[in-house]
Amino acid sequence: MSGIFCIQKFLAHSSNFSDIVHASMKAKIIITPKKAVVDPQGKTVQGALEQMGYKGVTSVHVGKYIEIDLAPGTDKAAAQKALNDAAHKFLSNPIIEDYKLEIE
Amino acid sequence: MNFAVLQFPASNCDQDVIHAFGNVLGHSARYVWHKENSLGDADAVIVPGGFSYGDYLRCGAIARFSPVMQAVKQFADNGGLVIGICNGFQVLTEAGLLPGALVRNRDLQFHCEHIFLKTATHDSPFTNKIPAGKILRIPIAHGEGCFYADKETLDSLVAHRQVLWQYCDAKGNLTDTANPNGSLLNIAGICNERRNVAGLMPHPERASEPLLGSDDGRSVLESMIHSLQSKQAATVA
Repeated sequence: MSGIFCIQKFLAHSSNFSDIVHASMKAKIIITPKKAVVDPQGKTVQGALEQMGYKGVTSVHVGKYIEIDLAPGTDKAAAQKALNDAAHKFLSNPIIEDYKLEIE
Repeated sequence: MNFAVLQFPASNCDQDVIHAFGNVLGHSARYVWHKENSLGDADAVIVPGGFSYGDYLRCGAIARFSPVMQAVKQFADNGGLVIGICNGFQVLTEAGLLPGALVRNRDLQFHCEHIFLKTATHDSPFTNKIPAGKILRIPIAHGEGCFYADKETLDSLVAHRQVLWQYCDAKGNLTDTANPNGSLLNIAGICNERRNVAGLMPHPERASEPLLGSDDGRSVLESMIHSLQSKQAATVA
Protein backbone atom coordinates (compact mmCIF):
# COMPACT_ATOMS: atom_id res chain seq x y z
CA MET A 1 0.00 0.00 0.00
CA SER A 2 1.48 3.35 -0.97
CA GLY A 3 0.93 6.47 1.04
CA ILE A 4 2.30 9.73 2.26
CA PHE A 5 2.54 10.40 5.94
CA CYS A 6 2.85 13.97 7.10
CA ILE A 7 3.58 14.51 10.75
CA GLN A 8 3.61 18.18 11.63
CA LYS A 9 4.88 19.49 14.90
CA PHE A 10 4.72 23.13 15.85
CA LEU A 11 6.46 24.87 18.70
CA ALA A 12 3.76 25.51 21.24
CA HIS A 13 5.26 28.62 22.78
CA SER A 14 6.82 30.34 19.81
CA SER A 15 5.92 33.93 19.09
CA ASN A 16 6.94 34.14 15.45
CA PHE A 17 5.20 31.63 13.19
CA SER A 18 6.94 32.69 9.97
CA ASP A 19 10.35 31.97 11.52
CA ILE A 20 9.15 28.49 12.42
CA VAL A 21 8.03 27.72 8.89
CA HIS A 22 11.29 29.08 7.54
CA ALA A 23 13.46 27.05 9.88
CA SER A 24 11.52 23.78 9.64
CA MET A 25 13.15 20.61 8.44
CA LYS A 26 11.73 17.83 6.39
CA ALA A 27 12.69 14.16 6.39
CA LYS A 28 12.05 12.15 3.25
CA ILE A 29 12.08 8.40 3.37
CA ILE A 30 11.86 6.30 0.23
CA ILE A 31 11.05 2.64 0.76
CA THR A 32 11.50 0.10 -2.02
CA PRO A 33 11.00 -3.66 -2.17
CA LYS A 34 14.26 -5.61 -1.96
CA LYS A 35 15.42 -6.88 -5.34
CA ALA A 36 15.19 -10.51 -4.13
CA VAL A 37 11.49 -10.12 -3.27
CA VAL A 38 9.07 -10.66 -6.13
CA ASP A 39 7.34 -7.35 -6.83
CA PRO A 40 4.15 -8.17 -8.76
CA GLN A 41 3.03 -4.54 -8.64
CA GLY A 42 6.26 -3.35 -10.26
CA LYS A 43 6.02 -6.08 -12.90
CA THR A 44 2.42 -5.16 -13.70
CA VAL A 45 3.29 -1.46 -14.04
CA GLN A 46 6.25 -2.41 -16.24
CA GLY A 47 3.97 -4.49 -18.46
CA ALA A 48 1.54 -1.58 -18.77
CA LEU A 49 4.35 0.85 -19.64
CA GLU A 50 5.55 -1.50 -22.37
CA GLN A 51 2.02 -1.91 -23.68
CA MET A 52 1.68 1.87 -23.84
CA GLY A 53 4.76 2.01 -26.02
CA TYR A 54 7.34 3.29 -23.54
CA LYS A 55 10.58 1.63 -24.67
CA GLY A 56 13.71 0.71 -22.76
CA VAL A 57 12.15 0.01 -19.36
CA THR A 58 14.17 -2.83 -17.85
CA SER A 59 12.45 -3.01 -14.46
CA VAL A 60 9.96 -1.17 -12.25
CA HIS A 61 9.76 -1.26 -8.47
CA VAL A 62 6.82 0.27 -6.66
CA GLY A 63 7.54 1.50 -3.16
CA LYS A 64 6.45 4.14 -0.67
CA TYR A 65 7.38 7.71 0.06
CA ILE A 66 7.07 9.07 3.58
CA GLU A 67 7.44 12.75 4.38
CA ILE A 68 7.97 13.83 7.97
CA ASP A 69 8.02 17.47 9.06
CA LEU A 70 10.36 18.09 11.97
CA ALA A 71 10.07 20.76 14.64
CA PRO A 72 12.22 23.83 13.98
CA GLY A 73 15.50 23.75 15.83
CA THR A 74 15.71 19.96 15.69
CA ASP A 75 19.29 18.76 15.72
CA LYS A 76 19.90 17.24 12.29
CA ALA A 77 22.35 14.55 13.41
CA ALA A 78 20.06 13.48 16.24
CA ALA A 79 17.05 13.43 13.88
CA GLN A 80 19.05 11.36 11.39
CA LYS A 81 19.85 8.82 14.09
CA ALA A 82 16.29 8.69 15.46
CA LEU A 83 14.69 8.40 12.03
CA ASN A 84 17.12 5.71 10.92
CA ASP A 85 16.05 3.80 13.98
CA ALA A 86 12.35 4.37 13.21
CA ALA A 87 12.83 3.46 9.56
CA HIS A 88 14.60 0.24 10.47
CA LYS A 89 12.19 -0.75 13.24
CA PHE A 90 8.86 0.48 11.97
CA LEU A 91 8.62 2.47 8.73
CA SER A 92 10.25 -0.30 6.66
CA ASN A 93 10.49 -4.05 7.13
CA PRO A 94 14.17 -4.96 6.57
CA ILE A 95 13.20 -8.52 5.60
CA ILE A 96 11.48 -7.33 2.43
CA GLU A 97 12.34 -3.64 1.99
CA ASP A 98 15.23 -1.18 1.67
CA TYR A 99 14.97 2.49 2.55
CA LYS A 100 16.75 5.75 1.87
CA LEU A 101 16.55 8.64 4.33
CA GLU A 102 17.19 12.29 3.52
CA ILE A 103 16.78 15.28 5.80
CA GLU A 104 16.67 18.76 4.37
CA MET B 1 -9.17 -23.62 28.90
CA ASN B 2 -9.09 -19.83 28.63
CA PHE B 3 -8.43 -18.34 25.23
CA ALA B 4 -7.55 -14.67 24.90
CA VAL B 5 -8.59 -13.23 21.54
CA LEU B 6 -6.91 -9.92 20.73
CA GLN B 7 -8.92 -7.05 19.29
CA PHE B 8 -7.22 -4.32 17.30
CA PRO B 9 -9.06 -1.54 15.50
CA ALA B 10 -10.37 -3.31 12.35
CA SER B 11 -9.89 -6.86 13.56
CA ASN B 12 -12.84 -8.67 11.98
CA CYS B 13 -12.43 -12.37 12.69
CA ASP B 14 -12.34 -11.96 16.46
CA GLN B 15 -16.00 -12.95 16.84
CA ASP B 16 -15.52 -16.03 14.64
CA VAL B 17 -12.66 -17.18 16.88
CA ILE B 18 -14.70 -16.56 20.05
CA HIS B 19 -17.58 -18.54 18.50
CA ALA B 20 -15.34 -21.45 17.48
CA PHE B 21 -13.54 -21.84 20.82
CA GLY B 22 -16.51 -20.81 22.98
CA ASN B 23 -19.70 -22.10 21.37
CA VAL B 24 -18.40 -24.88 19.14
CA LEU B 25 -15.65 -26.32 21.33
CA GLY B 26 -17.07 -25.31 24.73
CA HIS B 27 -14.12 -23.48 26.19
CA SER B 28 -13.81 -20.03 27.69
CA ALA B 29 -12.85 -17.41 25.14
CA ARG B 30 -12.77 -13.67 25.74
CA TYR B 31 -11.68 -10.50 23.97
CA VAL B 32 -8.58 -8.59 24.99
CA TRP B 33 -8.53 -5.00 23.73
CA HIS B 34 -5.24 -3.95 22.15
CA LYS B 35 -4.66 -1.24 24.75
CA GLU B 36 -4.59 -3.75 27.60
CA ASN B 37 -1.23 -4.42 29.22
CA SER B 38 -2.16 -7.84 30.54
CA LEU B 39 -3.58 -11.07 29.14
CA GLY B 40 -5.08 -12.06 32.49
CA ASP B 41 -5.37 -15.79 33.11
CA ALA B 42 -5.08 -16.80 29.45
CA ASP B 43 -3.88 -20.30 28.59
CA ALA B 44 -3.42 -19.38 24.94
CA VAL B 45 -3.56 -16.27 22.77
CA ILE B 46 -5.23 -15.93 19.38
CA VAL B 47 -4.30 -13.01 17.14
CA PRO B 48 -7.30 -12.99 14.79
CA GLY B 49 -7.71 -11.95 11.19
CA GLY B 50 -8.85 -8.61 9.87
CA PHE B 51 -7.25 -5.41 8.69
CA SER B 52 -5.71 -4.06 11.88
CA TYR B 53 -5.13 -0.31 11.60
CA GLY B 54 -6.47 -0.42 8.05
CA ASP B 55 -3.38 -2.34 6.90
CA TYR B 56 -1.70 1.09 6.83
CA LEU B 57 2.05 1.16 6.18
CA ARG B 58 2.27 -2.65 6.02
CA CYS B 59 -0.17 -5.33 7.22
CA GLY B 60 0.38 -5.79 10.95
CA ALA B 61 3.11 -3.13 11.17
CA ILE B 62 1.20 -0.79 13.47
CA ALA B 63 -0.65 -3.43 15.51
CA ARG B 64 2.64 -4.95 16.62
CA PHE B 65 3.35 -1.79 18.63
CA SER B 66 0.03 -1.94 20.50
CA PRO B 67 0.48 -2.22 24.28
CA VAL B 68 -1.01 -5.73 24.35
CA MET B 69 1.75 -7.02 22.08
CA GLN B 70 4.31 -6.52 24.86
CA ALA B 71 2.24 -8.87 27.00
CA VAL B 72 1.97 -11.33 24.09
CA LYS B 73 5.74 -11.29 23.62
CA GLN B 74 6.23 -11.94 27.34
CA PHE B 75 3.63 -14.72 27.21
CA ALA B 76 5.40 -16.34 24.24
CA ASP B 77 8.82 -15.95 25.88
CA ASN B 78 7.42 -17.87 28.84
CA GLY B 79 6.38 -20.71 26.54
CA GLY B 80 2.68 -19.79 26.18
CA LEU B 81 0.76 -20.88 23.08
CA VAL B 82 0.15 -18.11 20.55
CA ILE B 83 -1.46 -18.50 17.14
CA GLY B 84 -1.91 -15.78 14.53
CA ILE B 85 -4.52 -16.29 11.85
CA CYS B 86 -4.33 -14.32 8.58
CA ASN B 87 -3.73 -10.72 9.72
CA GLY B 88 -2.66 -12.24 13.04
CA PHE B 89 0.09 -14.13 11.18
CA GLN B 90 1.19 -10.83 9.62
CA VAL B 91 1.22 -9.17 13.06
CA LEU B 92 3.38 -11.98 14.51
CA THR B 93 5.94 -11.79 11.67
CA GLU B 94 6.09 -8.00 11.98
CA ALA B 95 6.59 -8.42 15.74
CA GLY B 96 9.50 -10.76 15.11
CA LEU B 97 7.75 -13.61 16.94
CA LEU B 98 7.78 -15.58 13.68
CA PRO B 99 10.37 -15.46 10.89
CA GLY B 100 9.75 -14.22 7.35
CA ALA B 101 7.20 -11.77 5.98
CA LEU B 102 3.90 -11.78 4.09
CA VAL B 103 3.80 -9.76 0.89
CA ARG B 104 1.30 -9.02 -1.90
CA ASN B 105 -0.21 -12.08 -3.58
CA ARG B 106 1.71 -12.69 -6.78
CA ASP B 107 -1.37 -12.03 -8.97
CA LEU B 108 -2.24 -8.86 -6.98
CA GLN B 109 -5.73 -10.29 -6.39
CA PHE B 110 -7.51 -10.63 -3.07
CA HIS B 111 -8.23 -14.36 -2.73
CA CYS B 112 -11.39 -15.41 -0.95
CA GLU B 113 -11.88 -19.13 -1.51
CA HIS B 114 -11.45 -22.60 -0.04
CA ILE B 115 -7.99 -24.09 -0.52
CA PHE B 116 -6.42 -27.43 0.38
CA LEU B 117 -3.75 -27.79 3.03
CA LYS B 118 -1.24 -30.50 3.71
CA THR B 119 0.04 -30.78 7.25
CA ALA B 120 3.82 -30.94 7.02
CA THR B 121 4.36 -32.19 10.57
CA HIS B 122 2.09 -33.37 13.36
CA ASP B 123 4.77 -32.60 15.89
CA SER B 124 3.48 -29.27 17.16
CA PRO B 125 0.80 -28.01 19.57
CA PHE B 126 -1.11 -26.78 16.50
CA THR B 127 -1.15 -29.96 14.42
CA ASN B 128 -1.07 -32.93 16.81
CA LYS B 129 -4.80 -33.73 16.49
CA ILE B 130 -5.00 -33.42 12.72
CA PRO B 131 -5.68 -36.93 11.39
CA ALA B 132 -2.64 -38.42 9.62
CA GLY B 133 -2.79 -38.01 5.86
CA LYS B 134 -5.87 -35.77 6.04
CA ILE B 135 -5.96 -32.96 3.48
CA LEU B 136 -7.70 -29.98 5.07
CA ARG B 137 -10.18 -27.89 3.12
CA ILE B 138 -10.14 -24.44 4.71
CA PRO B 139 -10.98 -20.92 3.49
CA ILE B 140 -8.49 -18.14 2.86
CA ALA B 141 -9.30 -14.42 2.51
CA HIS B 142 -6.26 -12.24 1.94
CA GLY B 143 -4.45 -9.92 -0.43
CA GLU B 144 -1.03 -10.12 1.24
CA GLY B 145 -0.43 -13.75 2.02
CA CYS B 146 2.62 -14.58 -0.06
CA PHE B 147 5.15 -15.96 2.41
CA TYR B 148 8.66 -14.70 1.82
CA ALA B 149 11.91 -15.37 3.68
CA ASP B 150 15.52 -15.31 2.50
CA LYS B 151 17.17 -18.61 1.62
CA GLU B 152 18.95 -18.95 4.93
CA THR B 153 15.70 -18.51 6.87
CA LEU B 154 13.82 -20.92 4.59
CA ASP B 155 16.54 -23.57 5.00
CA SER B 156 16.37 -23.13 8.74
CA LEU B 157 12.54 -23.41 8.74
CA VAL B 158 12.77 -26.69 6.86
CA ALA B 159 15.68 -28.04 8.91
CA HIS B 160 13.84 -27.38 12.17
CA ARG B 161 10.50 -28.68 10.81
CA GLN B 162 8.86 -25.32 11.40
CA VAL B 163 6.72 -25.49 8.25
CA LEU B 164 3.34 -26.67 9.57
CA TRP B 165 1.00 -26.34 6.57
CA GLN B 166 1.50 -26.10 2.80
CA TYR B 167 -0.96 -25.33 0.00
CA CYS B 168 -1.68 -28.42 -2.06
CA ASP B 169 -4.23 -29.81 -4.50
CA ALA B 170 -7.13 -32.05 -3.42
CA LYS B 171 -4.84 -35.07 -3.54
CA GLY B 172 -2.10 -33.50 -1.45
CA ASN B 173 0.34 -32.60 -4.23
CA LEU B 174 2.30 -29.39 -3.60
CA THR B 175 1.77 -27.89 -7.03
CA ASP B 176 2.24 -24.33 -8.23
CA THR B 177 -1.38 -24.09 -9.36
CA ALA B 178 -2.56 -25.06 -5.88
CA ASN B 179 -0.54 -22.18 -4.43
CA PRO B 180 -3.01 -19.26 -4.24
CA ASN B 181 -0.56 -16.46 -3.50
CA GLY B 182 2.96 -17.42 -4.60
CA SER B 183 4.24 -18.36 -1.14
CA LEU B 184 7.73 -19.86 -1.18
CA LEU B 185 7.63 -23.65 -0.74
CA ASN B 186 3.81 -23.34 -0.82
CA ILE B 187 4.00 -22.29 2.82
CA ALA B 188 0.62 -21.54 4.40
CA GLY B 189 1.69 -21.66 8.04
CA ILE B 190 4.77 -21.98 10.21
CA CYS B 191 5.81 -22.09 13.86
CA ASN B 192 8.80 -20.71 15.72
CA GLU B 193 11.77 -22.88 16.64
CA ARG B 194 10.43 -23.40 20.16
CA ARG B 195 7.12 -24.55 18.59
CA ASN B 196 4.85 -22.48 20.85
CA VAL B 197 4.06 -19.66 18.39
CA ALA B 198 2.40 -20.35 15.04
CA GLY B 199 0.87 -18.38 12.22
CA LEU B 200 -1.15 -19.32 9.15
CA MET B 201 -2.99 -17.45 6.42
CA PRO B 202 -5.98 -19.85 6.14
CA HIS B 203 -8.84 -19.52 8.64
CA PRO B 204 -9.39 -22.71 10.67
CA GLU B 205 -12.06 -20.93 12.75
CA ARG B 206 -14.14 -20.41 9.61
CA ALA B 207 -14.12 -24.17 9.06
CA SER B 208 -14.98 -25.32 12.56
CA GLU B 209 -18.46 -26.80 12.02
CA PRO B 210 -20.30 -28.49 9.14
CA LEU B 211 -22.74 -25.57 8.88
CA LEU B 212 -19.84 -23.51 7.53
CA GLY B 213 -19.20 -25.91 4.68
CA SER B 214 -16.21 -27.58 6.28
CA ASP B 215 -15.14 -28.56 9.76
CA ASP B 216 -11.59 -29.43 8.75
CA GLY B 217 -10.19 -26.45 10.65
CA ARG B 218 -11.55 -27.75 13.91
CA SER B 219 -8.62 -30.17 14.29
CA VAL B 220 -6.21 -27.24 14.38
CA LEU B 221 -8.10 -25.70 17.30
CA GLU B 222 -8.47 -29.12 18.96
CA SER B 223 -4.71 -29.63 18.66
CA MET B 224 -4.16 -26.52 20.76
CA ILE B 225 -6.73 -27.67 23.34
CA HIS B 226 -5.17 -31.14 23.48
CA SER B 227 -1.72 -29.68 23.91
CA LEU B 228 -2.85 -27.38 26.74
CA GLN B 229 -4.73 -30.18 28.48
CA SER B 230 -1.71 -32.51 28.25
CA LYS B 231 0.51 -29.77 29.70
CA GLN B 232 -1.99 -29.15 32.50
CA ALA B 233 -2.21 -32.88 33.28
CA ALA B 234 1.58 -33.13 33.37
CA THR B 235 1.75 -30.15 35.77
CA VAL B 236 -0.87 -31.65 38.10
CA ALA B 237 0.85 -35.03 38.07
